[in-house]
Amino acid sequence: MFKMYSKIKVFTGVFIFLALATFPFWNKVFIVSKTNYEMPDANIKPALAFARENGFSGCIEDRAFMRAKHMKLLNHWRNEVVRENKKTYINSKGEHFNKSLTGTCLKCHSNKEEFCDSCHTSAGVKPYCFDCHITGIQNTNQLNSKAEAIHEIK
Amino acid sequence: MKILFALITVLILSLAAFTGVEYLHMEYVFGIVIPYAAFIIFIAGFTAKIFYWAKSPVPFNITTTAGQQKSLKWIKSDHFENPSGSFGVIGRMFMEIFFFRSLFRNTKAGLVKSSKSESFKPGYASDKSLWLGGLMFHWSFLYILIRHLRFFLYPIPSAIVTLEKFDSMFQIGLPIFYLTDAILLLSVTFLFLRRVFIPQVKYISLIADFIPLFLILAIAFSGIMMRYVSRVDVIGVKELVMSLTSFSPALPEKVSSVFYVHFFLVSSLFMYFPFSKLMHMGGVFFSPTRNMTGDSRRIRHVNPWNYSVKVHSYEEYEDEFREAMKGAGLPLDKE
Repeated sequence: MFKMYSKIKVFTGVFIFLALATFPFWNKVFIVSKTNYEMPDANIKPALAFARENGFSGCIEDRAFMRAKHMKLLNHWRNEVVRENKKTYINSKGEHFNKSLTGTCLKCHSNKEEFCDSCHTSAGVKPYCFDCHITGIQNTNQLNSKAEAIHEIK
Repeated sequence: MKILFALITVLILSLAAFTGVEYLHMEYVFGIVIPYAAFIIFIAGFTAKIFYWAKSPVPFNITTTAGQQKSLKWIKSDHFENPSGSFGVIGRMFMEIFFFRSLFRNTKAGLVKSSKSESFKPGYASDKSLWLGGLMFHWSFLYILIRHLRFFLYPIPSAIVTLEKFDSMFQIGLPIFYLTDAILLLSVTFLFLRRVFIPQVKYISLIADFIPLFLILAIAFSGIMMRYVSRVDVIGVKELVMSLTSFSPALPEKVSSVFYVHFFLVSSLFMYFPFSKLMHMGGVFFSPTRNMTGDSRRIRHVNPWNYSVKVHSYEEYEDEFREAMKGAGLPLDKE
């Protein structure tokens, strides 16, 4: 049987190591036990009235594509519209769309809490889209306060 | 040859995960079984190694000293270069662990042009590139590790959101490009090229030096591919991770194979960790040249493996032979 040296220091160090390494497992129990992680609801349906009125079959691209790559698409749109004045998007089905977050996307995905925030909060993403694109405004008071806030920033 | 072997090892690992998930549909193995196994191996292996090291005695006081030892009051001593107490030792260890202070003094031998004549003389020059490369690599790796907690925690602490915001402050592209990704890639590439282009360093490099480099490079590369190029369903990834950490593993609907490659390479790194040079994470605390106090002139360091020697002092000797010594007329200490 071997002797162990500096027992107190070694055990303290090992304890700290184990505590840190297993943090993802125990944090739920000791810190945030009240809020269990819930998957964002994948079955929320967008209001399709706008799409139907304009004769579109549905969303611009399919669900898997939109889920994974919508930010790349929006970024691409912004650059094309602002820098190259190309304002029409032709999707894989050959349908023509106006490249606009507020004017196209948010017409069907009108509820920002459900369609944007639920996943963004879950993944810890804070997109700066909504710094300018105003959404979810119920009445003129809210609109005015938001406009004032933006004015102050500028 | 060594480089090729390490490269092929990492390529095989990546391909194994890719084909396993893409064609053989072994998501359960690569997403649940291997990550759990890797975590257990990492925890158990790391702890076992620490206890194994803690059993090794330190026979001598071998503190490295590079400054004046504490002696007389009017001689200024150097707390960190020659620590005389635990304050100095803790300070020195802190600076070693967080800022790699000893690497700051790294030198390289070479022909140095003398200032007076045109001739070259062999000499030593300061070489801070290893210090800088190592520092950039370790800090960005730590930053990335902490940033990944966004997949493990809910609600996500604001500190992690702030870290992420700081990392993406230049708002390049969408998803926003992380600066630490670039720093990590650059520094690991530098640390690799260093082993290739400096002949002496290349000579002493082993396969075990190249494997972690390639593994980390592959992890970074797959992560960057996943985030900026091929994209994965991030919510699916979070669902998997949260199910793993709550001990109710469940596979998400459809997550791209690139994620499983990334996940498997990280698992490999964790499994490899306790058996490799990566254990310097724990080992740095066990460096006797750094963690001992430079007090060898004041306190006797007893070698712990000394066995107890049976001694026979002169006093006892005199007691034993007193009469005989008296008879022979020999001088005695005690009458």
